[in-house]
Amino acid sequence: MATSVQPQTGTKPAASLSNEEILRYSRHLIMPEVGMEGQLKLKNAKVLLIGTGGLGAPLGLYLAAAGVGKLGLVDFDVVDFTNLQRQVTFGTSDVGKPKSEAARARLANLNPDIQIQSFETQLTSANALELFKDFDVIVDGTDNFPTRYLVNDACIMLKKPNVYGSIFRFEGQATVFGMPDGPCYRCLYPEPPPPGLVPSCAEGGVLGVLPGIVGSIQAMETIKLILGRGDNLIGRLLLFDALGMKFRELKLRKNPNCPVCGTHPTITKLIDYYEFCGVRGEEAPGPTVQVPEITPRELKVRLDRGDDLFILDVREPHEYQICNLKGHLLPLGELTRRVHELDSSREIVAHCRSGKRSAEAVDFLRKAGFRKILNLKGGILAWSDEVDPSVPKY
Amino acid sequence: MPVKVMIPSPLRPYAGKRDSAEFSARTVGEALGHLTTEFADLRKHLFTDEGKLRSFVNVYVNDEDIRYLAKENTPTKDGDTISIIPSIAGGVRA
Repeated sequence: MATSVQPQTGTKPAASLSNEEILRYSRHLIMPEVGMEGQLKLKNAKVLLIGTGGLGAPLGLYLAAAGVGKLGLVDFDVVDFTNLQRQVTFGTSDVGKPKSEAARARLANLNPDIQIQSFETQLTSANALELFKDFDVIVDGTDNFPTRYLVNDACIMLKKPNVYGSIFRFEGQATVFGMPDGPCYRCLYPEPPPPGLVPSCAEGGVLGVLPGIVGSIQAMETIKLILGRGDNLIGRLLLFDALGMKFRELKLRKNPNCPVCGTHPTITKLIDYYEFCGVRGEEAPGPTVQVPEITPRELKVRLDRGDDLFILDVREPHEYQICNLKGHLLPLGELTRRVHELDSSREIVAHCRSGKRSAEAVDFLRKAGFRKILNLKGGILAWSDEVDPSVPKY
Repeated sequence: MPVKVMIPSPLRPYAGKRDSAEFSARTVGEALGHLTTEFADLRKHLFTDEGKLRSFVNVYVNDEDIRYLAKENTPTKDGDTISIIPSIAGGVRA
């Protein structure tokens, strides 16, 4: 059954389209499923996008093009060169600009008839309810667990639909949370994974088209919610495997004991989501474990004077191909199985890209009895910055 | 025809890069037991030290969440697909 969202009251809803709008939206207007009535619903709808990155790119572009009357864009980040591989709202000349503002400019150019508001701020427990209250639909296009739980809880408290999408390498998930009889994110995942057990950065990365597909699915669900047409992904988790090019779906149930949306909720106001997720921001720099370190400059000095050092590279083979310090390649994930390849009597310097995985490796090896082992502080990135700029950063 | 266990990409590094594995098993718990015996590195990602399935790992038999069936005692029959669905936050974290 189709589910429709009620537009926020306050401003007087638009009752007609200009001739220019009629021309712009003519391919919608000639569809009976949209028509003038649907197009006016879109024009009167207010959608808030949390994140203007990979998922936010197709979301912003399609929702603006479709004529959603008011779009809010929340992002505190700035456009980075590595974003351009998938965040198709941005151009090369946007690098260094705030994402929310760069996206606003791009969408305003795409559709000058809609209202676009950019919020260059981090979504927090202090501002979420205030930000959300003026919008009909919230779309979650973030990249971290604390914000996902925050978006979910705020949507439940304000009774707003939460159009969810997430991606990992070749796989995506999408669903609609926060509908009256539907489940919420906490019904699906009551707790986040502890930081140590989330997939390591070695396994990160994403194929650029994937957020395009998943974000487009979110855009479609958002438009259907506004139109009140079709079957939404309420109570269904859509799984997309881009490598196998397969869609599957799983049943999601509303958990009556859910701490947020259950019959007796125990969480009735927003909490500290970083504490809840056990992280001070997922991008918290530096190693998670404290281990003995060596700086890139110290390592350079010692190598130049001919010290016998065994360089252990715990990254993945495909990363070794990008750049390397001619170390012995032994990926972190294989360390337990291949630890016998290492000679504990030699002095070992372990490194990865940023120093995080190698810190785990050093920690593990120290526990396994290795005494002469150091972590290269800041990894190959710091080596490139401080010793050899010809080594590319990735 | 045995039970097929689908391994999601975040966990494939701990499962010899495999995307699925097949086992003869009468219950979900048995299938996951076989899986973590074959791929020992997977164990800590799926189970707590006390041997309980971790709360952020969802397991489905076909399209049903085992939390709403008989949890790890949920019976399986030949041809069933067990899916492990870990939470993914999205985006790229470098």
